[in-house]
Formats: sequence, structure tokens, C-alpha cells
Amino acid sequence: MLAGLKDKTMVAAESPAETPRTNRRQFLKASAAVGAGLVIGVVLPQAGSKIAKAAAPTGAAAPVNPNAFVRIAPDNSVTVLIKHIEFGQGTYTGLSTLVAEELDADWSQMRAEHAPADATLYNNLHWGPVQGTGGSSSIANAYTQMRQAGAGARALLVMAAADLWGVPAGEITVSKGIVSHAGSNRSAPFGELAERAAQMEAPAEVALKDPADFTLIGKDVPRLDSRAKTRGEAIYTIDKTLPGMLTAVMARPPVFGATLTSFDDTAARAVPGVTDVVAVPQGVAVLAEGYWAAKNGRDALEIVWDETTGETRGSAEIMAEYKALADQPGDTARNDGAVEEALASADKVLEADYEFPFLAHAPMEPLDCVVQLGPDSCDVWTGSQIQTVDHGAATAISGLKPEQVRVHTLLAGGSFGRRATPNADMVSEAVSVAKAIDGRAPVKVIWTREDDIQGGKYRPMYFQRLRAGLDAEGNLVAWHHRIVGQSIVRNTPFAGGLIQNGIDKTSVEGADNLPYAIPNMAVDLHTTDVNVPVLWWRAVGSTHTAYSTEAFIDELAEAAGRDPVEFRMAMLKDHPRHAAVLKLATEKAGWGGPLPEGRSRGVAVHESFNSYVAQVAEISITDSGEIKVEKVVCAVDCGLAVNPDVVKAQMEGGIGYGLGAILHDAITLDGGRVEQSNFHDYVPLRINEMPEVEVHIVPSAEAPTGVGEPGTPPVGPAVANAVYAATGRRIRQLPMALHDLTGA
Amino acid sequence: MVKLLINGEERQLDAAPDTPLLWAIRDELGMTGTKFGCGMALCGACTVHVDGIPTRSCVTAVEDVEGSAVTTIEAVSGKAAEAVQTAWEKLDVVQCGYCQSGQVMSAVALLSENSKPTDEDIDAAMSGNVCRCATYVRIRAAIHEAAKMMET
Ligand code: FES
Ligand code: FES
Repeated sequence: MLAGLKDKTMVAAESPAETPRTNRRQFLKASAAVGAGLVIGVVLPQAGSKIAKAAAPTGAAAPVNPNAFVRIAPDNSVTVLIKHIEFGQGTYTGLSTLVAEELDADWSQMRAEHAPADATLYNNLHWGPVQGTGGSSSIANAYTQMRQAGAGARALLVMAAADLWGVPAGEITVSKGIVSHAGSNRSAPFGELAERAAQMEAPAEVALKDPADFTLIGKDVPRLDSRAKTRGEAIYTIDKTLPGMLTAVMARPPVFGATLTSFDDTAARAVPGVTDVVAVPQGVAVLAEGYWAAKNGRDALEIVWDETTGETRGSAEIMAEYKALADQPGDTARNDGAVEEALASADKVLEADYEFPFLAHAPMEPLDCVVQLGPDSCDVWTGSQIQTVDHGAATAISGLKPEQVRVHTLLAGGSFGRRATPNADMVSEAVSVAKAIDGRAPVKVIWTREDDIQGGKYRPMYFQRLRAGLDAEGNLVAWHHRIVGQSIVRNTPFAGGLIQNGIDKTSVEGADNLPYAIPNMAVDLHTTDVNVPVLWWRAVGSTHTAYSTEAFIDELAEAAGRDPVEFRMAMLKDHPRHAAVLKLATEKAGWGGPLPEGRSRGVAVHESFNSYVAQVAEISITDSGEIKVEKVVCAVDCGLAVNPDVVKAQMEGGIGYGLGAILHDAITLDGGRVEQSNFHDYVPLRINEMPEVEVHIVPSAEAPTGVGEPGTPPVGPAVANAVYAATGRRIRQLPMALHDLTGA
Repeated sequence: MVKLLINGEERQLDAAPDTPLLWAIRDELGMTGTKFGCGMALCGACTVHVDGIPTRSCVTAVEDVEGSAVTTIEAVSGKAAEAVQTAWEKLDVVQCGYCQSGQVMSAVALLSENSKPTDEDIDAAMSGNVCRCATYVRIRAAIHEAAKMMET
């Protein structure tokens, strides 16, 4: 998510990690400019520094803290402070790998924990002064920064050893967590040197390894969070407990935009365990000793809502309005050549309309947030995806000073974009509830699954119309793509950076940068007003533009009488990375070769967040007309793959997540009310529907790019194209479950 | 007052008899490994064993398990549990991890009953456990891996 932030539109100063080949002196200068104390990726040698205090476990002997990202303890453990939330995509492991590589640590001594929220130290280097995770940017922005942190810590250990042993630093070697001096036959593990290292002055510059010497980067080191998560020991927000804590469940408006008129809490208060019922700007909260009482109390509330300002339309009405709008020109997002003339003179013109529903993210851990509010402090524990925004919201609502507010990032049970809300909805609500009881007790707000599914912040609905023309030789000569839908970033703090000339980049990404060489090409956009809150959903604009463009390309290839792969390849001469993944995926899938009885193939290629992914889907249609996706062969180019196994896992997961949505899912409104409520009618992909997945990674020395999202967009169109091959039916309205394919 | 035999210990609970076992475990007993995902027996995140049978604790009233032995992820043990957890770690199944307590409990129950499950057996036993991160490819592989480990 947060697409387009990669465009650096929010970046206040040139960020070092975006130019991995920056020389070291430039880096030092650049980082010194970012903020006081932030030197060398960011050495804070004094044990009494702000971070050491924040990070040292109370009571234990304070571990040495050579810099803001690396803490080495006397027991030899090396803890990396992770500035990006870990919600499955592997930041704990990936960022720790970067540190461990340059530190020459042994992987078994590595640990990871979330860094405290502090945008001066832990900002996303692609986002300027904001700490946050999204746009598949974690590894991409931190690649050089975290290596420098590791190298800086290594240099301090070497200096400490040189000092202790009275030998030249240049003769000291480090390997697998042991610092050695061969000449005097001395060696020491990191823990023994850590305290002395903390007294050392940070070196003016640190050398980074030649990638040829990497021993951890590019290798499949095991995930750091596997064990705890396999044994039920990992602590998520829902697991956070504080003495005297109350649990809150909220009643929120039944239609988006409605407001509270009045409520009767008699029955709610009669539920044993219920302690408080309070109105807050977001609705009515019932607080109790534990979830079950709070939820029963919430369900017993009698509330009168004023729906006059609420959304009253249903999905069908909204889509009809979108469709009508599509007859009018929109705001121009791209305009090359002369599309209308080219269409008029084309040999063949094809037109297709696509409809995409609202989608909920439905992360496995329901939304939740813990707040402890005191007269001069506010502590927030949550799966914070944009710490700076969450911190700002907590500060504003609590009325405290920024330095009195602390956001503690916890592991999150998935997000897919949902926890990255520009209005900090979970945090705002929880702080409001804590404030409404005057901070008398810590509060944990838990959303039920129904609250989550019906709570908005959806991937927007879209209507799209594509028109294209082929010449007599079957070449694509004109392309017109019209998109109708809501803006994700309008009226948010991200609007300034992401809306340009009236175009929300997140509405058109994947369309306005279509890689195919088409001489006449236009993309335009209608941004609509609907009173339904929308948000980025794993891969954002590409979730719909990849589908429409890659399914339509397939139609055009057929109309041109050309093979869909050859048709694309001929138009990708200037986009070698697209071409390479397409080639790899189709070769590995045996494109054009024989298939088992009853199976069909489809292909799609798409770039998002600077990672390139092609997928070949192999499907069959069951006797009852259901689509069974048997296998997906995926090729990905994400630059240097820091951890190939995590890259594979993200492709597998991205495919499964995208597949569930295109097969089954839609959030629909009837009279403004959401019709779905839980996993029986907002149907997640289950194991019996998960295809076999084969992932091939393009070997690359380019700077690493993200993998959390780019696996998701191609699976929809690849399956759609395979469904056409199997049935002769073009599915242009999602989800696919709407279409009866029996006997097709 | 409800009496529970959980993870081998007798525990007295000051909970209404119709309280879901999930919330008794989490809020009354303070064990957080068992997760809440849907509250409607649709996702499996809350799976525990009741007398060895995988059970959705979100829709199981505490009064209904009085006299039964309840096991949660915190205490699941034995040959199948060991194999499953080892295989899970070996294949790095987890992503966000939130569903995985439930996945492990269902997989352990499957392998305790059927030490050589086929893909169809796995589908049948595991399709009640949703993973929004879609770690299913690895869940399947890890169950086969665990089955192999149990042979030796
Ligand atoms: S929480 Fe029990 S099955 Fe989902
Ligand atoms: S690992 Fe995230 S829901 Fe399964």
C-alpha cells in the first residue's frame, strides 16, 4: 500500500537509502542532516542515551547499545530494533539479516524487536519525516541504512578489541559473532566486548561489504519469529494486558456517515461485568472486565442513529452511476499520441467494461488497540503501521504534549493495508474511550469480526472501460482506459503528495504506467463522491488495474490472432524486466506445451512497487461449474532477494490473498448498509482452494525492492485468462463467484 | 463458578456458565496463545483440544467442557505436537502467525488420528482453519513433513 509514496513526493530531504551506491561520506553527511544524534546510521554510543533508556529492559543489567538499531547484550545476543512493523511480511528477519551481514554476526545470536515510535530516528527513508510501513518499502528503504548500522556496530566492536588487546584494529577479524586477532591468538564473542564498544567514538565512516562477500544476504536464513508464533508465545495487541485493564467493544453507526442521536444503556449496564458505557465521537463504547461481557453489553445497547447524513445508496446504484460517468471524459492521467483518431482508423476495435467491488482487508487479528492514559502520559500499544500518524492522533486527542505520548508497536496479525489509516481510526477511538473514563483504567478496544467486515476502509469500487484498436497486422495501435472510482487519499494528509493535477496516483497506478509500447494511449479518471471510507488494500491500484489491463490484453491478443505471450513480448522491448519475468514464468510453466486433461492456462505480468511479477495460472472447471486453480507458476524480479525463502513466502501469500478476493469476495451495500458480516459471507480462501505455487526468482544485483504486495495483482487476470481458455467466457465483473460456469 | 481441567490443571472460574471457553481461557485464565478470529466457528483461530478433539473454543460454552480435559497451544505435547511444531519451524510456515496456534492444534489432532494423511485428508481436517496470509502451501508441506518425522 501507500503506492506512489515511492515517488518520493513526501520526501523532505534526499534520503541516503534510495541511492544505495552513495559513497560513505555522502551518507554520513546526509544522515547528519536528518537530526541531532542521528549519525552513522546512527550511532548513539552513550549508554544513557534516549534509546538506551527506552530500549533497556528494566531491572536487567543494561545491555550495551552501540546505536539506534543494534543492541548487543552481555549474553551475546544481538537485538535489532525494527523500525517497520512485522505483520507477516518478514521485516524482523529481513532487516536483521542486513545488520547481521555487515556485523559478521552468527545468525543464531540475532533477535528482533520493534523500535519505539520515533520519526526522527526511525522514519521510512522513502517517506520523509514519517515512520511507517507500506508500499512494500521496508527492505527497499532500509537496505543501505541497516547495513550501515551493522557495519557501524562491527567497527565499534573491532575498536574495542583493539583497545583491549593493544593490537592494531586493522589486524582484527570478525566472523560469526567472534572477534579475533590471529597474531596474538586472542578472540572474544561480541558480548564480552559490547560494554567497551559502547565507550568508543563512532568511526567517521564505515565500509560496506562487496556483495560478492555476502554470507547471509541472499541466503535462506530462518525467520526469527517462527518459533514464538508456532508455539502461541508471540504477543499481539489482543494479548496485551495491563493491571486493571478494561475491554471495550464499540457500537458504530450502521451506515457510513450516520451520527449518534441517543442511546439507552440500561440493558447494557445490567450485563454482569460491564463497568462503563460512554459515548465517543466514533460511537458508543461498552467497557467491561473482559471481552465477552463487553460484547454482550454492546449488543444490548439501544441506540438511535441519525442517518440523514449517511450513505443511502446500494452497490448496484453506485455502479450504475459510475457506468454513466464512464460515458464522459475524465481527468487526464496519461495522453500519448492521438487515441481517438487511431481508434477511428483501426482495423479492429474492442471495448470491454470491468466492474470491481469494495473489498475488506479482514486481517486475521481483528483490529484492536490498548491505551493507558494518565494525567501526563499516554501509552498506546497497537499494530501500528504508520507510527507517526498514530502518535499524532493520540497526541491530539489526549491533549498531551508529543513527548508525553508513546506508541509501542506490537506484532500484528496481518494488515494488508488496514492498519495504515490516515485518520488513525483504531488509535483515535481507543484514546477517545480512555479519555471518556478519565484514564481511570487502561483500555483495550477489540473489534468483532463483524465490526471489521462492516467497518469500512475498503478497497474502493471501480468501474473501468477499456477500448483498443488493432491494425491489419494485429498490432495494438490505440488504447483508451477510463477509470471511475473513489480516491483513497483525498482529504487525508497524504493528498498533497499523491494527488497531482486532480489525479490520485493510487487510482490509476498500473494503468497510467502500462508498460506496453502502444503509440496512442490515454488514461483518464473520474473521482467519485461516495460516503464509504476507502483505503489501500494489498497492492492498492494494481488490484484492479492489473486485472483490467491484463485481461483486456488477452482479448486483444486473441482478436489479433496472436499468442498472448508473444503479443506482450513484442510490446515490451523497452521494459526488459517485465519481459524477463514473463519469459521465466512461461518457460517454467511450459507455456504452449501439453496440459493434463481438463486444464487450461492463463498468463499475466505486472509491476508494482518496482517489483516485477509474472504468473501462469493453471485451472480446471469442476462439474458444478467452480473454478479450481490447480497451480500458479510465478516469476519475480525484486532486485537482490535478501531472503529468497521469504520472497517465495510472500509470493505464495500474495497469490492466495488475491485469489480469495477475485474468486469470492465483495463487500456490497444495500440502502447504505453493508450486507456481509463475517467469514460465512465474506469468504476467505481456504486450504482446499489453495493452488500449488512454484516461485522462480530472477537473479539480480539491482537494489532490493518489496515483495509484500506485488505477488497479488497478477493472479486475478492470469486466472481470468485461463477461465476464458477453459470456457470461452470473459469474466469482467468480480468476484468470479457471481458467474455461473456450469456447462461452460 | 465453573470447574475446568485445562492443560492438566484444575481451575475454578468465576465465569457465567455460558461464557465461551475462548474468553475463559484468554480473559479469566490469562493464556493468550488461543486466538479470536471470528467468534462463529468460521476461522479456527480459537482451536483447542477437548479430550483430544479439535474444538472451536469461541462457540463452546465453559459449562459444556466441565469434566473434559482441555488442552491449549501452551501445553500441547506428545509425538504429533513435537513433529508438527518442528516441521512448522523447519519450513518457516508462519507469516503474521496469528492463525498458527489454531493451525497447529488442528494439525496435531489430524496427525494423532491419522499418521499418514493424504492431501484430501489435509483439506478435510484443515479447511476450517483460515489463514489470511495464505500460508497454506507450507501448512500442507509441513503436515507431510511432520508425518515423515513421526515415522522415525
Ligand atoms: S474464533 Fe473461533 S472459529 Fe473463529
Ligand atoms: S499466518 Fe497470518 S493469518 Fe495465518
